[in-house]
Amino acid sequence: MKKILSTGYLVLLLVMLYAPIVIIAIFSFTESRVLGNWTGFSTELYTSLFSGGVNNSLIDAIKNTFIIAFVAASVSTLLGTVAAIGINDLRYRKRRVVNFVNNIPILNPDIITGISLFLLFISLGITQGYTTVILAHITFCTPYVVLSVLPRLTQMNPNIYEAALDLGATPMQAIRRVILPEIRPGMISGFILAFTLSIDDFAVTIFTNGTNGLETLSTYIYADARKGGLTPELRALSTIILVVVLVLLIVVNLRARRQAKQAEQAASFNGKTIG
Amino acid sequence: MKRFMKFFNRRRSWSLPYVIFMAIFVVMPLVLIMIYAFQSKDGSFSMENFHRFINQPEAANTFIYSIGIALITTIICLILGYPAAYILSRLKLSTARLVVMLFILPMWINVLVRTLATVALFDFLRLPLGEGALIFGMVYNFLPFMIYPIYNVLQKMDGSLIEAAEDLGATPRQVFTRVVFPLSTPGIVSGIMMVFMPTISTFAISELLTMNNIKLFGTTIQENINNGMWHYGAALSLIMLIIIGITSLFTDSSEDGANEGLL
Repeated sequence: MKKILSTGYLVLLLVMLYAPIVIIAIFSFTESRVLGNWTGFSTELYTSLFSGGVNNSLIDAIKNTFIIAFVAASVSTLLGTVAAIGINDLRYRKRRVVNFVNNIPILNPDIITGISLFLLFISLGITQGYTTVILAHITFCTPYVVLSVLPRLTQMNPNIYEAALDLGATPMQAIRRVILPEIRPGMISGFILAFTLSIDDFAVTIFTNGTNGLETLSTYIYADARKGGLTPELRALSTIILVVVLVLLIVVNLRARRQAKQAEQAASFNGKTIG
Repeated sequence: MKRFMKFFNRRRSWSLPYVIFMAIFVVMPLVLIMIYAFQSKDGSFSMENFHRFINQPEAANTFIYSIGIALITTIICLILGYPAAYILSRLKLSTARLVVMLFILPMWINVLVRTLATVALFDFLRLPLGEGALIFGMVYNFLPFMIYPIYNVLQKMDGSLIEAAEDLGATPRQVFTRVVFPLSTPGIVSGIMMVFMPTISTFAISELLTMNNIKLFGTTIQENINNGMWHYGAALSLIMLIIIGITSLFTDSSEDGANEGLL
């Protein structure tokens, strides 16, 4: 009884969370311009999304979103990884200060990050556009990369690096051959996190995209919604994004599970040979 | 060149590029907010922006209203989220991970699309848009932020503590109120913070959910910045920053890595 109740509660919450999304997904299969009006089954929105039936500005917004996310996530991963290697070697006060500043963009509300960067670009007299949006995205993505790489480094046995040096490796070689393989999973999850944060961002982008009409998906949707209605094709696009994310998460999860199992097997195997 | 190589080979030097980057893009912008907030339009030092905030009932009222909405949202999230986190922590680990993922998954969809979907849901159910829709939308957007940290703490809790309490004769109710709940406070605190802080600073969402009828503080700030009132906007941002600073002071001491890694 208790079990049924608790399961029922979780299901109820999930239904609440998914209801709006399910509605979007269902209504992506009908042509009606207004969400909530069912005018018969059709895949028209999907074909129109891919055959250029939508206006160019939406296509541009999608392109911009992905270009910005890719560049920002790549730079963040590079910058954040290099920084994490350095931070791991810092001591006491300095390390605390760097960690504190690193946490600021995470704790700051997006709107503050956006406005503060807006004021920075205004003060420096930089015209806002692609570059400023990418710089802004790097600013709020890199801390997450640092946070996903740093634990890998602290968990690592520091003697391995020293051993590599003793065995004649240059510091560069030691980092490439010893540290890098250890932190690669952290870099990958940092990159994925940065990428999704960048795609999803709205508040920071809207303050840094300038007045030259640079739109990402978020700002496009915002402008669209304020005009009084969502471009119907966006329902199809959202459904596609959801499915892609769902598949991606399942794959990542299955991989993690398989790796955990392998590690378990390896551990028990080692235990046998030693014991 | 040799000196450069030596510098480069010390690993701690590797943090330097990022330190410089943060100085320019994290620290300096915040300093600029402060400078702008204490400047009048002609650039001289003045308190006029703050005077204006206090004397102008509209902005101050919006501010208080936003705090109220954020508090209500946080409380509802806690009431809905704690039992969910508790139930999750009692599930088999693999099942729990799957369900947690289901809770987090909607967050991968753009906030604005989700908000518009909520609007559609309300239209679909013939419910009016307004305050109710606003709070529903906020809870809907931020509930996962409450569940996750609490679940994280509960799941890592040492099960033998519960057994010990039971062995010592505690009733299930006592086990919960005396052992489980107190031990989960770090998760609750970071959950409250992770819900309260974003809700107080949202903008755009409220416009869409209330058909522009209710304005939150975030929207006020955005409007001022958009209309070129940078100094006043900066002062309002500073006020928001102070509120957030105060909130995070409460949590600083009890934070125990409850919100590590959402991925």
